[in-house]
Amino acid sequence: MKSDDKSIKWVEEPPLGLAGRSYVPLLVGGITTTLKHLAGPKMTVESPEQRHAIVDPLGYRGVHRLNRDAQGRVKCVACFLCATACPAHCIDIVAAESPWPDREKYPESFTIDELRCIFCGMCEEACPVDAIELTSLYDLSGKSREEMIFDKAKLLSVYDQTKDAEPMRSAQADRATDSACPDSGERGEEPI
Amino acid sequence: MATVLIDGTEIEIGDGERLNAIEAAARAGVSIPYYCWHPGLSVVGSCRMCLVEAGTRDAAGRIQMGPKLVPACNTLVRDGTVLVTQSEKVQQARAMVEEGLLLRHPIDCPICDKAGECLLQDYYFEYGQADGRRADIRPFTSRRRDLGDVALFVDRCILCTRCVRFVREVSGTNELLVSGRATGEEIDVFPGFPLANKLSGNVVDLCPVGALADKDFLYRQRVWFMRSHPGVCTRCASGCSIWIDENQDRIHRIRPRENPHVNRWWICNDGRYDYPHVHNPARLVGARQRKGGDTRELDFTGLAGQLRAALRQAGRLGAVLSPFLTLQEAYLLAGTIRQLDPQALLALGPVPLAGEDERYPGGFTISKEKCPNRFGVERILGRMAGGVIRFDHFVEQVAQGAIAGAWVSGGYRQGWIDEATAAKFEQLRLLVVQDLFPSPLSQRATYELGGAAFAERDGSYVNRQHRLQSVAWAIRPPAGVRTEGSILWELAGRAGLYDAAATLRELAAEIPFFHPALGTIPETGLDLLVNQIA
Repeated sequence: MKSDDKSIKWVEEPPLGLAGRSYVPLLVGGITTTLKHLAGPKMTVESPEQRHAIVDPLGYRGVHRLNRDAQGRVKCVACFLCATACPAHCIDIVAAESPWPDREKYPESFTIDELRCIFCGMCEEACPVDAIELTSLYDLSGKSREEMIFDKAKLLSVYDQTKDAEPMRSAQADRATDSACPDSGERGEEPI
Repeated sequence: MATVLIDGTEIEIGDGERLNAIEAAARAGVSIPYYCWHPGLSVVGSCRMCLVEAGTRDAAGRIQMGPKLVPACNTLVRDGTVLVTQSEKVQQARAMVEEGLLLRHPIDCPICDKAGECLLQDYYFEYGQADGRRADIRPFTSRRRDLGDVALFVDRCILCTRCVRFVREVSGTNELLVSGRATGEEIDVFPGFPLANKLSGNVVDLCPVGALADKDFLYRQRVWFMRSHPGVCTRCASGCSIWIDENQDRIHRIRPRENPHVNRWWICNDGRYDYPHVHNPARLVGARQRKGGDTRELDFTGLAGQLRAALRQAGRLGAVLSPFLTLQEAYLLAGTIRQLDPQALLALGPVPLAGEDERYPGGFTISKEKCPNRFGVERILGRMAGGVIRFDHFVEQVAQGAIAGAWVSGGYRQGWIDEATAAKFEQLRLLVVQDLFPSPLSQRATYELGGAAFAERDGSYVNRQHRLQSVAWAIRPPAGVRTEGSILWELAGRAGLYDAAATLRELAAEIPFFHPALGTIPETGLDLLVNQIA
């Protein structure tokens, strides 16, 4: 876009009046804010001893977890849709034929580079089996880069840690629809 | 000359041509969807996806449309044929076919290897999208059945019978059949007679859905992560056109590339599963020099100059041109060695042979000669060395001490040379070996260089039918390997990077047999003999 483009609207800064030039009203305004906060309730928390209250843990996008199915196996079917959707290319999956008779494909290895991740939640949205979810754990840290590359075991352990506080979203959705539609005989939307 | 009217566009068809409505429409730029039809197989017209409206136009210009839709695959066009492929009636028919096919098709696309290149997916988005009328939840899994060379996911099958027709008409082995009737129809094999033939991999490419799965490729990579590069198979002298599917310099799959002059739509399993050697950790990498008992790793910087100086000091030179070399590499090597020593002995490397040519009823031939470029290298030797000297003769000359320094190019799989033969090379003052794998010969080399695999090279091959095909690299060589082309280019004292196209033009100008290659080389290759006569 060139500077003589017709669509550009040029705006001049309004000239300062006497009040503006003397800075007094601005100074008073600033001090008022400071004083208000001095007297008001404290916003700062003593992290990590104290924790921020997360308003909606289900909407929060923190560390990932890999969910387990009813039999405790990894729920992931290694379809690579999360890796495909990931804009940061931080998910690396090695797929293999599953050792279980009732499942065809499973992830032999599943790693997420948490340093590369931008916590956008696209993996969670792409997952067709609700296997990958973002938890409300936000204070992840590590002493080395390697430590921050989470493998399958670690991601499953995040699930074990958080499953009570944050149940699987698919389970919650089932509960929500069950309570919302008491007439369960009614046909819902066609599943795809 | 026949005139055909397709969706209002008139196209002319040659007198001798027998085109069905799908092929004729493709010429008019109209695509008709189909599952069961394949240009290389007989027509069954069973999927009904290609239904179109057809009619005739008489001399007076009156158009009379047929009362019913006809399958385009089974409708030969002739003068005055009128096709309508986009009407509401046709679209409705396509949507109904899609709905019917998807009625029992499991929705396991997330774990299906075909997803991303599946005709059922593509056509559903393009022609289907009807609201499902099936009330219950569709199955998410498919039964799996072992057919031998490939696996069958029974419920994903749409019974187009392409695979069955393939084993009857092209491979002639008749393993597959349709068992059962009506809704119970399934692809199967007779007990004790599994699908086992050298062309069996093609049924996986033929399958328009994910029913037939390649056991080698199964679950290895999603198709959208891979890039396809046109290549030429180097497994035998047939030189089939292939697609090399690669992701991050790792080959995951090799598929046939349509070439009416060479392999049509097929490749054999030998060529299809010929890529693991490229990623074999035993490959020869790096460059090293042996002096006495010492081995010294070399840097590629200045290596060409060092080699050139060593060759110049060695005395009488000899070179072995492997039939795995491209034309360009053979030309550069022969030229450089001849320039350093005009009396140098140039020989053809050993030509690996296995059994007899294998011919299949569909016309496909697997050559007994298991190297890609024997013919081309021989032609270069014929011009630059005055004749083709066999490897045995070269070894004899080495044993007699007639040669002091030799350059041996490899590119073979393991085990191409035995201890006894390699021991004869010991008396050489200088031995340069560039090969794919360590061998008894490379262990005796003064200079041992890692060589490039077929997918890593730029260059041209001449197959057994004198067809010249040019390919570019599909993957980069592993760390520590420089391709034959780039080393020989530097050894020849040329500036800049190895340029295969320029080298081909140069050798085509110099060697009369390759004159046709001065022009552009089509994707499907160039017949040197035919163009010679013309």
